[in-house]
Amino acid sequence: MQSFSEALYEAFALIIAFDGELREIILLSLTVSLSAVLIAALVGLPAGAWLATTSSRWRPVLITLVSSLMGLPPVVVGLVVYLLLSNAGVLGPLQLLYTPTAMIIAQAILITPILIALTRETLAQLYEQHREQLVLLGATAGQRMRTLLWEGRHGLLTALLAGFGRAIAEVGAVIIVGGNINHVTRVMTTTIALETSKGNLALALGLGIVLVLIAVSVNAAVLALSASVRRHGHALHE
Amino acid sequence: MSKVLPVGCSGIRLQRGSRVVLDVPSLVLGNAACTAIVGPNGAGKSLLVRTLCDLQKVDQGSVSWAGRAPDWPRRRRVGLLLQRPVLLRRTALNNLLHALQLAGSARADAFVVAQDALQVAGLGALVDVLAHRLSGGEQQRLALARALVLKPDMLFMDEATANVDPASTLAIEQQLTNAMSDGLKVVLVSHDMGQVRRLADEVVLMNNGCVVEQSARQHFFEQTNNPISRRWLAGELLVT
Repeated sequence: MQSFSEALYEAFALIIAFDGELREIILLSLTVSLSAVLIAALVGLPAGAWLATTSSRWRPVLITLVSSLMGLPPVVVGLVVYLLLSNAGVLGPLQLLYTPTAMIIAQAILITPILIALTRETLAQLYEQHREQLVLLGATAGQRMRTLLWEGRHGLLTALLAGFGRAIAEVGAVIIVGGNINHVTRVMTTTIALETSKGNLALALGLGIVLVLIAVSVNAAVLALSASVRRHGHALHE
Repeated sequence: MSKVLPVGCSGIRLQRGSRVVLDVPSLVLGNAACTAIVGPNGAGKSLLVRTLCDLQKVDQGSVSWAGRAPDWPRRRRVGLLLQRPVLLRRTALNNLLHALQLAGSARADAFVVAQDALQVAGLGALVDVLAHRLSGGEQQRLALARALVLKPDMLFMDEATANVDPASTLAIEQQLTNAMSDGLKVVLVSHDMGQVRRLADEVVLMNNGCVVEQSARQHFFEQTNNPISRRWLAGELLVT
């Protein structure tokens, strides 16, 4: 067990040297979480836009459902994906368990409800302003959704960043479906968990610092974006 | 394409709580090139316009466009300009392109049509300016250009020049006059009696959700025998 200051010193040395193992883990983390965001966006943005514009009587039920799913515990998502992908599961033949793909699936499931909910919230506000005008322009349901998605692009970028922040910081789901296999499915969060329990604080701390830096920059980006959205507003009469 | 004129309604009634806010047994618009709907605040002018545009559902009665209930294929034949234009956060040109493309124009055609429309609207120098950076008057001219580019048969204007500077009002009125000479019918909700006298051929006075009088402009301003119209023209407040 190292002393904290030694570990911290070594951690910075690792980061500055951008050590091979560290690089591999960071790159895998980014690849997995960015892929998850991409997949979640492909589902979440249209679904959120539909929820924002539909007059279906299921709307309130679906909104409640999506909001509840936002709070899904990552370990539960991990467990369910594990059961689906394990040899006995329905998706067992795909042999995806303990691969980065499995981790992407788990994270995508975890953040899709977040993207749906944030997209709906952003676009519902816009839709209130634009609904009548879109009716007057004769826009079909699909055209309304497309118009709003483009109109709300700044707010939606914030939603994507929030989803990414949640994905990259998550440990419970990826450790279950990825297995934390060295050089294969080891990401920042799972490595931190493992190395800490092994007493290798330098690598854990180094990754912790990188993770915090990523989280801080994502949050800074979210804040800067929402400030600029507020400043330039969607209202045309400032 | 099938027509929407005349635009009318029969037996429409709308209640908010216990108050009847709209009660119009029969009204037909579109025989005059420009009809002005006037009356005190809260008379139901905007509600009537929104009902005729098929944006507002009523409790009873029906709206007809050329004798048939409003339908989606004819949606773009009836336009509406509001006091506060709702524009997209895009350039002036892209706002028009958006409207044209929703209506099914090919991009290349839409580009030419939109450029021309902005020139005609006097916004030729502002094609690449973001809509929300335009002044209030310019925004309203852009909204008018967007409405006209869809070639409607009838255009409703709900206090559309109430927040607009005189120069832009003049530009808007000139554009309306040009469009009317090409066959457009305009229905103008306005508190500006100067504007009513300049543009309208026909006047509809509303009070308490009802149509008090519909007559030719000159008759309305100079010869009306309707006691409520006379009181309103004399500047009285119609509270009883």
